[in-house]
Amino acid sequence: MTDTLNRILPTVQKPARYVGGEYNQIVKDKAEVDVRVAFCFPDTYEIGMSNMGLHILYAIMNAMEGVWCERVFAPWGDMEDAMRKNGLPLYALESHDPVAEFDMLAFSLGYEMCYTNVLNMLDLAGVPLHAADRQGLKNLVIAGGGCTCNPEPLADFVDLFVVGEGEEVIVEIVSLYQMAKAQNWSKERFLLQAAKLGGVYVPAFYEHCYGQDGTLTQIVAQKGAPEKVTKRLIEDLNTAPYPTRMIVPSTEIVHDRANLEVMRGCIRGCRFCQAGFTTRPVRPRSADTLYRQAVESLENSGNHEMTLASLSTSDYKYLPELTDRLMDYCLPRKINISVPSLRVDSFSRELMQKLQLVRKSSLTFAPEAGTQRLRDVINKNLTEEEILDTCATAFSGGWNNVKLYFMLGLPTETDEDVLGIAELVFKIIQTWRKTATNKKRGLRVHVSTAFFVPKPFTPFQWEPQISPQEYTRRQRLLKEAMYSKCVEYSWHDPELSRLEAVLARGDRRMGAVLEQAVKNGARLDGWMEYFNLEAWEKAFQSCGVDPAFFTTRGYGKGEILPWQTIDVGIAKAYFWHEREKAYRGQTTADCRTQCGGCGMNRMLKGGVCNG
Amino acid sequence: MARLVFSKTGNAVWISHLDLMRVFQRAFRRAGMLLKHSQGFTPHPCLSMAMPLSVGVSSRCELLDFELAEEDKTPLEQIPALLNDALPEGIAVTRCLCAGRKLRELKWLEARLTLEYDHGVPQGAAGRISALLTGASLVVEKHGKNGPTQVDIAPMLHGVEVSGEQAGVLHLDAVVSAQNPTLNPLLLLTAVERYLPQDAPDFASCCRMNVYDEGMQPFC
Repeated sequence: MTDTLNRILPTVQKPARYVGGEYNQIVKDKAEVDVRVAFCFPDTYEIGMSNMGLHILYAIMNAMEGVWCERVFAPWGDMEDAMRKNGLPLYALESHDPVAEFDMLAFSLGYEMCYTNVLNMLDLAGVPLHAADRQGLKNLVIAGGGCTCNPEPLADFVDLFVVGEGEEVIVEIVSLYQMAKAQNWSKERFLLQAAKLGGVYVPAFYEHCYGQDGTLTQIVAQKGAPEKVTKRLIEDLNTAPYPTRMIVPSTEIVHDRANLEVMRGCIRGCRFCQAGFTTRPVRPRSADTLYRQAVESLENSGNHEMTLASLSTSDYKYLPELTDRLMDYCLPRKINISVPSLRVDSFSRELMQKLQLVRKSSLTFAPEAGTQRLRDVINKNLTEEEILDTCATAFSGGWNNVKLYFMLGLPTETDEDVLGIAELVFKIIQTWRKTATNKKRGLRVHVSTAFFVPKPFTPFQWEPQISPQEYTRRQRLLKEAMYSKCVEYSWHDPELSRLEAVLARGDRRMGAVLEQAVKNGARLDGWMEYFNLEAWEKAFQSCGVDPAFFTTRGYGKGEILPWQTIDVGIAKAYFWHEREKAYRGQTTADCRTQCGGCGMNRMLKGGVCNG
Repeated sequence: MARLVFSKTGNAVWISHLDLMRVFQRAFRRAGMLLKHSQGFTPHPCLSMAMPLSVGVSSRCELLDFELAEEDKTPLEQIPALLNDALPEGIAVTRCLCAGRKLRELKWLEARLTLEYDHGVPQGAAGRISALLTGASLVVEKHGKNGPTQVDIAPMLHGVEVSGEQAGVLHLDAVVSAQNPTLNPLLLLTAVERYLPQDAPDFASCCRMNVYDEGMQPFC
């Protein structure tokens, strides 16, 4: 007789994402495994399988003797309903065993809007939500990823957070767990030991005290836990483990191609960008390493497309050498190379031509702000001239499509800056009229605005966010100013961005709100078809938490910040200095041109960055 | 042009037709073979499958036609083993041969429906179902692009056998018209649900077993 899962699958969308069995998945003999890890990705299969971190950590943990790491993803709504209706608990893809049977549950937190999925997945697994309610070592919940630089909103639920890059520390944590399990340690004994590992933050060992006005009055480290938890860093990416035998999904995913991570960190220092600061210093892989990894990844996956990934790939030092070598390999094999996040300078234009990257359909810029003044404030070193020059080249080559990404609500933004976006768009249209060689089909300019979200560990971490009403006013102002028929304008939902700001800078009081929101039905918040504002509004109300405290209020210079136990290697003073420069409209050179003195080099053995 | 005969079972039955095309494209590359690509701005590998299989249906007789790039001289007889090492679980190539006959000469499909009854097979169900499906006419509702239509599927049926050796399970072995016109074997289940609601199973699955030509000779 067919089991419950296989009876449910015909009734749900895209069932292939719920069964595993893909090429290169790792299956072990349970009898020879002493620690089982469920790598839980709190979003759909399509998103999770596109995540490099998952593949890296999966390979590292499965390379450990006695350890079997399997994958778990958040089911889509129809599957979740079917699972709950049929009493099928959350299971891992490799073995189809219930997650509740696993020793460790490791969540990857890449985006604040996945927090409700973490809680919902624990609930679907039948694992107690609160760390305090999970006695013993079984079902130890750990979390890593970009969001752990402010772990506090999830402090009630997660036993330990990993801050920074996970390649080394995950081995240390899982090894410690193996020993603890074999010797039957108590959970507290394990956590006390784990807290001594660099980059491990055990929230239960810190007390957060609040004053009458709701701000933090002190954070007390207890039981010998460190005052500061410093992020982990892989110094040499050439020797760091990097799997070239990765699981190849049998169904289409978001990034359906081979990935080559060319470097970590970013030399740019855009003042709104959290990843740009928290992943410093810049560490490139050598062209030799990358060429080898590229060929192995392509041969082991069978992909016919490869992305050279990083925060800003045109800043990768050895890009010309690497692309030349890769083209020699890829051309005869009909493999495409794609380079996202290219900057618009002359070098990139040449590269785009070389790789034939510019398909007639796309040319994308992210000026982020409409005027030079505001671009200087955010340190986005991109000039109008560069944008228009690149457009002119493209238009004269027959391209008729441009995508432009902006943010509204950036610090110091005025209506003039908002209207500056429309002016820039107008100039692009004029450029097209002057330079286009093929005018028959007309020009299409897609303009998209996001709502600025202030994030921890950026110079704007103290900034108030404007209200959704004000964002909407500015968005309408811009819409009215772009009356040309060739402009298509889309904008982010302000409520979602407000919530993202709350979760990004929230403190421990967000725990109750998250739990209540999930009870009210919130999940898959990053997906517009599921984002449920009402569930959140009710949760804030019933928990007595005012979202404005974390958004429009802004944080004071002397205020204790909820995330200040975490140390990403850059001093608070540097961020404040950068903030002051922003308000003066002063730019900061990129790391390669001139060291800005952020202090990150102290985390490297030689004390010198090698961007 | 060469042809693969492969089976699709287990977890692989949930892979959709389009995804399966991608699975094979990658498997050829992993196996060290290069497919011939179409000309043009976005070259596509030359790969086609007869009769797209519905998601959830298993098969022991899927056909895939392909062409290797001119410079690739891999002998046909080596291809099944090479591909099987490169395919995900549940997809297994049984044979590789010269395409020869055109796919449109394929006419009949033998399929097995497995009907599961959680509380045992109703008394006499096998006889009733057999009588229903071998009658002179069998009108079912088909959902097409222009909404539901009533279709008599009896002419597209080339024999049905009902058997039940296992407790709680009935097997329907049917030979149906595979192309021109196409009869989805799952419509037999629709017919049972419509005319014999008391014999409708709690769950049913379908497996393609064999393909035949006009003269009921094995197609390949």
